[in-house]
Amino acid sequence: MNTWDWDFVWEILPTLLVGLGRTVFATVLGTLVALILGLIWAMACRSSWRPLALAARWTLHGIRSTPLLIQLYIVFYLGPKVGLSLSPMVAGIITLGIHYGSYAAEIYRAGIEGVERGQVEAAQALSMNSWQRFRLIVLPQALPPSIPALGNLLVAMFKDAPLLSAITVVEVLRVAKMIGSETFRYLEPMTMVGVLFLIVSLIAAIPIRWLERRYRGRA
Amino acid sequence: MTNPLIHIQGLSKRFGALIVLDALDLSVAAGERLAIIGPSGSGKSTLLRILMTLTTPDAGRVQIADDALWQQGARLDAEGERAQHRARRRVGMVFQHFNLFPHLSALRNVALAPQHVLGLDKAAAESRARKLLERVGLGDKADHWPKQLSGGQKQRVAIARALALEPDVLLLDEITSALDPELVGEVVQVVRDLTTDSATTMMLVTHQLSFARAVATRLLFMEHGRIVESGTPEAVLDHPQEARTQAFLGAMAAHR
Amino acid sequence: MTDLLRHLGLLLAGLGPTCVVFLGAVVLAALVALVLGAALTTRWWWLRWPAAAIVEFVRGTSAIVQLFWVFFALPVLGVHIPALPAAMVVLGVNTGAYGAEIVRGALQAVDPGQREAATALSMSPFTIWWRIILPQAVARMLPPFGNLAVELLKNTALVSLVGLTDLMFQGQILRDATLDDSVLLLVLGLYGVLAMLVVAGMHQLERRSARWRSSA
Repeated sequence: MNTWDWDFVWEILPTLLVGLGRTVFATVLGTLVALILGLIWAMACRSSWRPLALAARWTLHGIRSTPLLIQLYIVFYLGPKVGLSLSPMVAGIITLGIHYGSYAAEIYRAGIEGVERGQVEAAQALSMNSWQRFRLIVLPQALPPSIPALGNLLVAMFKDAPLLSAITVVEVLRVAKMIGSETFRYLEPMTMVGVLFLIVSLIAAIPIRWLERRYRGRA
Repeated sequence: MTNPLIHIQGLSKRFGALIVLDALDLSVAAGERLAIIGPSGSGKSTLLRILMTLTTPDAGRVQIADDALWQQGARLDAEGERAQHRARRRVGMVFQHFNLFPHLSALRNVALAPQHVLGLDKAAAESRARKLLERVGLGDKADHWPKQLSGGQKQRVAIARALALEPDVLLLDEITSALDPELVGEVVQVVRDLTTDSATTMMLVTHQLSFARAVATRLLFMEHGRIVESGTPEAVLDHPQEARTQAFLGAMAAHR
Repeated sequence: MTDLLRHLGLLLAGLGPTCVVFLGAVVLAALVALVLGAALTTRWWWLRWPAAAIVEFVRGTSAIVQLFWVFFALPVLGVHIPALPAAMVVLGVNTGAYGAEIVRGALQAVDPGQREAATALSMSPFTIWWRIILPQAVARMLPPFGNLAVELLKNTALVSLVGLTDLMFQGQILRDATLDDSVLLLVLGLYGVLAMLVVAGMHQLERRSARWRSSA
């Protein structure tokens, strides 16, 4: 009961991999939400309409400084109270998207502020309005340097995706726990989850490094 | 001067305790080419930046043709804002550090504003851009990226870009200062050619006295935010009347 | 209103474990980060490579996975660690691995001329490291460490998933008892307040160490 059993490992691997698939699924969709939401959020923070800018900044600060776990519970349990009846996976993806959207917003903000003043002035000298300036001049120059950081965001979200098990999403960690509680063998499933995560992280590091090399300091 | 194109009254600007423009009055007629020289901190670039609405003045009035670019007092109402937009559209600027858009080709740099600000369709905008690039001698570099161009070439593209909106007034803010000496000539030549081809009003801030002589119809010497002396380039540079002008020109000659 | 105060009182009972885990983990994280970060900058490959491997390993698996492993798998191997210290160690090592990169960057950012000047003054390698390089690196490390500290605070909430009675756990108990989901918002607010305290604390540290910072 307390030594490693390889046969057991092969037995549970398929179930674990299905769970891993869910984890990856949640991560990919969550990242899409975060990338889009983050950009909108960053733009809202810079809005010239003060109430919007203030609301954006406060919510940004609030989401970034509180645990993902409590945000998951709030969306999942309080959501129905405001009419949003969501499946656990959807609630999880939305929360991951919002939580990591706040990180994405910071990344976009840094990219936008990194665009040289002279570029903005040249666009002003050409009588472009602020939306044209943003769309044609600032954003195209703000995005490339942000890409490596956004890539890291995907990896970070993957590591937090197991938290979705707390709102009953049957992803890899919950599967491991279920296997453990059914068979009373925790060692193999828990260790395999760690191994699987390590493998995914190492594999994901390859495109991330490629992105870093390609977009390093591109302005 | 009757009906000046640019009329500036009582323009003032300070940065903290430093007074950069001190109740400046200036009128510029259409077709004039005004060179402004002076020590750093004399307010020359600030004056240009205010005309381009990149900097807000503390006080004073600036009128371009019939529209008020800046007026003292309360926030602009809708009519005032429209007037400011009309006035600003008559002005174009070329910067010391070029500020070309690095993610666009030379052609797109020049065509962008006509397309999005003037509303030309893409083909018309690019056709106009090509003609302007030819005019500044870079017709064959239309599809090059800014980083593939030399400093002089970049500045010439910047000039073409500013001309693409057909401004009434062209502001040139130390456009040769960031160039290696051997590249200055090509930029000066382009501006000289402009003076013969068109009657664009110009205001140029420069340290390069030869540039001022070659291009300007009037020259101003500014110091501490005020105009000290004004006249034809020959008059001011060869026979300065004011002691401070003489001191400045003497110091510049000594550093040759 | 009295309801709110009563809720608050019950929640604050969970504050103890949260704070203990946080503070213990912070101290451990700082140590781990310093040791690993310094190891990453040495000339000796037999220090650098193991350090890099540890950092990759810890960062490659997430805090939650590591927590679950220590709490569920480790006992199977006969290792029984009490819950609170176990949580502290897991989170401390996890945060420390991320901190190692920050330490490495800060150490390498110190002007090489500093080391040269100190060597010219015949200072011993240890003295150079301890009195010249490290103080200047610390000033540079603290702002990113501030962010890391807030991340650690957020990670303490994970211990509720392995049964530790921290703030988050108390929040769930309260929610089950009162059948009132809005208790969760209260918990959110409390974490927000804690985060602000952590940020304020880090600012204080930053100000104290600012005088050690080399110019630019």
